[in-house]
Amino acid sequence: MLPILEENYGNPSGSHSMARKALRAIDDARDILAETLGCRAQEIIYTSGGTEADNLAIFGTHNALGGTIICSATEHHAVLEPTETIGGQIAKVNPDGSLDLNHLTDLLNEQTTLVSIGLVNGETGIIQDLETISDLIKELAPNALLHTDAVQGFPWLDIPTATKPADLISIAAHKFGGPKGIGLLVAKEKTKLAPMQLGGGQEQGIRSGTQDVAGIVGMAAAAQQTAHTRQETIKRITPLRNELADGLTRIEGSYETGVSRNPNGETDRSKKIAGSCHVCFDQVESEALLFLLEQENILASAASSCSSGAQDPSHVLAAMGYNRELAGGSLRLSLGYKTSNDDVKTALDIIPRSIMKLRETGS
Amino acid sequence: MKKAKKILVAMSGGVDSSVAAAVLIEEGFDVTGVTMKLWGGSSDTGCCSVSDVIDARRVADQLGIPHHVFNFGDEFDAHVVEPYVEAHALGETPNPCIECNRHVKFDKLFRRANALGFDMIATGHHAQITEEKGNFRIMRSVDQSKDQSYVLHMLTQEQLQKLQFPIGTMTKKQVREKANALSMQTAGKADSQDVCFISRTKGGRQIFLQERLEMTSGKVIDTTGVKIAEVEAVEMVTIGQRKGLGVSGERNPQYAIDVDVQQATVTVGSKNDLFCQETPIINLHWVGNPDSDILDVQTSAHGKTSRARVDGHVIWEEPRMKVAPGQSVVFYKDNEVVGSATATKTTR
Repeated sequence: MLPILEENYGNPSGSHSMARKALRAIDDARDILAETLGCRAQEIIYTSGGTEADNLAIFGTHNALGGTIICSATEHHAVLEPTETIGGQIAKVNPDGSLDLNHLTDLLNEQTTLVSIGLVNGETGIIQDLETISDLIKELAPNALLHTDAVQGFPWLDIPTATKPADLISIAAHKFGGPKGIGLLVAKEKTKLAPMQLGGGQEQGIRSGTQDVAGIVGMAAAAQQTAHTRQETIKRITPLRNELADGLTRIEGSYETGVSRNPNGETDRSKKIAGSCHVCFDQVESEALLFLLEQENILASAASSCSSGAQDPSHVLAAMGYNRELAGGSLRLSLGYKTSNDDVKTALDIIPRSIMKLRETGS
Repeated sequence: MKKAKKILVAMSGGVDSSVAAAVLIEEGFDVTGVTMKLWGGSSDTGCCSVSDVIDARRVADQLGIPHHVFNFGDEFDAHVVEPYVEAHALGETPNPCIECNRHVKFDKLFRRANALGFDMIATGHHAQITEEKGNFRIMRSVDQSKDQSYVLHMLTQEQLQKLQFPIGTMTKKQVREKANALSMQTAGKADSQDVCFISRTKGGRQIFLQERLEMTSGKVIDTTGVKIAEVEAVEMVTIGQRKGLGVSGERNPQYAIDVDVQQATVTVGSKNDLFCQETPIINLHWVGNPDSDILDVQTSAHGKTSRARVDGHVIWEEPRMKVAPGQSVVFYKDNEVVGSATATKTTR
């Protein structure tokens, strides 16, 4: 990114040599990204991040095609709010976080133009089965496209395979070590999007505005590196996550989301990404727990934070049928390529103690 | 060296709590700031709006102290907003700021602070706490025009031992001067409005209540019981109200002297009918030692006091305007809050 900021700082829409270098940089990045995403380079529309990509998918399709748009109740607000704004429909989820296919069946019809189902849930790390969902859509709503917010999925799933059934795919760079404020929307051939912002006609006229060249180059480098090391990271992190989740679920009154028991009595976490450990504790308020953990240098989160920085009650857990009190005691720990054995040991030392302390004081 | 006491200061994003935090740092406390997110509804314009959180966070950054945001929205809804609506449904005049202090600031925040290992909490209220031999007293602010001791009457001795009002010894002018001297961006910020969750721009109290309450239309009667007009919403009428009652009273002004939601009736009378000798009370609470049963009694946040004898009822020395049911009645001995109660329906 530094050579772009320091030397080749041309505007990619310009015509002189420095501008051409900038354009070359974003075109090269497009090729790299296309490979990691399993799409064609010209299907990539650069955006300012996942939120803009989601908004473009929903509003862009709605403005171009009309009809009805459906999303699941556990989508990110960047999908939920646009869908609600245009009077779309919300599909329920099952208690394990998977999409309620019966409800989706009821909602799908020939008027449906878009179904938006996130590949991996940001709070719980639960993976949706896009293949099955896509088959259902093809059968019942032949005119509908499938959009997936794959922002959380990129570091942990082979994206070309996992998003194959999707026509529109949202990606954000900061979820895989890239810079913040940059992302993209993959819009495959048969999609039709009305532009959300007009101007210089960049990004095939769908997203006008001078591209963030340094951000794009950084995103491509991070994507390439992530795709390259993904399998190795998953192999190393999965047992660490399991150790962490097993340790936390030994605490009385704890509930891990999106897991089941296999016939051997072991916890089956195959429906969750390896980097996610998400557990709810009764008689604990997340906000108080996060405060105590931060004192010990454990930086965790609960549900999503509102713009004030306060923890908002989780709409995801509410949709999965968790009562408000238990949902208010959720803890979301993310593991990444830098997470070590020692980190997990430290967490397993501090978190149970903090939970006991809060339960004793009754806050 | 003695370890500094850990104190959690409630920072609303206003100038008073900003300076309170600064004073505590000067006094040697280990200070952490917290802003409570209390209300997220569409009418959110008051003490819990995002811009105020930003102001509080910037001041905390400037002072070099940690800043957190706690979401007490559920508690605020259950203990402040819902009772506010319910009180109106009964034709009472509630004081939501007092209920917020009682249930949110001095209960929920206290318990949270305790669980998180804080020794004390502080707020930017204009009031003072004094101590003598382990006995704590709530005193008026040195700035009588900004005094907020009225809304703090519910405090107990246990709470007072763990509480600080760092700006109670300063006038508002001094608070602003200090904020300016510290180049705080909140130095010139306007004082907050009374009811933070009711937007002034979207129709105010009436719209807020109409969305939550089925209003009762009713009749307006005179003191002899004769119907003289009608009102659309009995719940919106407050004792002492003159306008909006459908009564022409240019020569003989008519005031609401009684509101009865169950009977869907508003009784109007002359200014004289608004006066009373006694005010019945409930929820009597003593925080200090009254010594005498003749006390100075204050019945609104910035109202003047009247002398009265407190004896199950409040018996006024001179007849005075009726106190709307639901209002806090606070008893002072000189500048000290010694107790409080809630007004109920005036019978005589």
